[in-house]
Amino acid sequence: METSATERIRPKKETEISRRDLLRLGWGAFWAFVGVWLAATARFFFPRVLFEPATAFRAGFPDEYAVGTVDTRFQKTQRVWIVRETDGFYALSAKCTHLGCTPVWSDSENKFKCPCHGSGFTKEGINYEGPAPRPLERLRVALADDGQLAIESAVRYRYERGEWERPGAFLNFKG
Amino acid sequence: MKLDLRRLLDQARQSQIYKSIFRRGYDDAPRNRILAIAGNVFMHLHPNFVKRHGTKMRFTWCMGGITFLLFLVLTLTGVFLMFYYHPDKANAYADMKYLEHDVPFGIVLRNMHRWAGHAMVITVMLHMFRVFMTGSYKPPREFNWVIGVTLLVLTLLLSFTGYLLPDDQLGFWAVTVGTNMARATPLIGHEGPFGEQLGATAYNDIRFALLGGSQVGGNALLRAYIWHCIALPLVGVVFMIVHFWRIRKDGGISGPL
Repeated sequence: METSATERIRPKKETEISRRDLLRLGWGAFWAFVGVWLAATARFFFPRVLFEPATAFRAGFPDEYAVGTVDTRFQKTQRVWIVRETDGFYALSAKCTHLGCTPVWSDSENKFKCPCHGSGFTKEGINYEGPAPRPLERLRVALADDGQLAIESAVRYRYERGEWERPGAFLNFKG
Repeated sequence: MKLDLRRLLDQARQSQIYKSIFRRGYDDAPRNRILAIAGNVFMHLHPNFVKRHGTKMRFTWCMGGITFLLFLVLTLTGVFLMFYYHPDKANAYADMKYLEHDVPFGIVLRNMHRWAGHAMVITVMLHMFRVFMTGSYKPPREFNWVIGVTLLVLTLLLSFTGYLLPDDQLGFWAVTVGTNMARATPLIGHEGPFGEQLGATAYNDIRFALLGGSQVGGNALLRAYIWHCIALPLVGVVFMIVHFWRIRKDGGISGPL
């Protein structure tokens, strides 16, 4: 028996997937895989655990600090200066607001001077010379239960936003 | 004796080993010259014919060629330096001193790498200057200019990542300053435009990804090392291949009109 050309083509079943749809599915899966892989690669570059000094630390008892001095004992380990005035304490971040070098406190000149590009800050942390665009940041300082100063350098107070007026930016202390 | 040598050489050229590597000899015929170049994986990037003006140093200064030579010097000396250098905070600075004072020829290697690195930045600039002043960036070479600019950026990034590796005061503060600029990146830097509004902090922005932390420490040193020794050179080589191949495809080396 002779079959015509149309009869030789296998009839399509309802559930059968077309070649076009199969290719779409295949390529879709491929690009989805590539996309997820790229996202995972990007995420890979952000570590979950850091082996850096803790941002919160105890800075000793208030009577260890002389009135009117800038204390640099935590400059190297924590990049923090602690300043005691007659009515209390404030903590300054030892990072120049220009490009992040560590300025040097000079008693004789009564200023913080950055060695990288020459920015100068007053004892209060106000920028007054060089390229630094804004004052030094203050960090949260509080009195802990054990009577020590507690510094939290992850909490920053920025002068130009009026944040130096907030409670943590200055610790009232007379003693 | 002399005759024998020539015959041996001829026999070697007829051998299967030789012919499997070099498909044809260098018979002085135009077709063979082209095939000898085009059939070689390294030479096929190169034009079949060098125009007479191509050898005129006054026009090209050979600055691209010198830059590539310096890249080869840097790759070679860099691989040698890697044999004595540990990219961690405990060893990096000491290894640099060790290379300078105790490793045989170490000071030669280190200084070749250092000076070739400085020189490559300079020659890349001069190459760009020459291409600009001779108008060689104009069509049909406009795409090769774009590839060249990418290669300039890669050269600067290679120079910058290499800066940190001695782990001395100069490199440390240079990278501190350099990566602090990344804070000001729009959207993905925590001090850049819209960064803060999008929730960027010192612990999740682009600088954090570059340093592998919030400060320039051991992770930053290791990351600089990997970018410097593996990732950036690989990307650079790919762009260099295209750069050289495009010279040929864009009608050969540019010359005086």
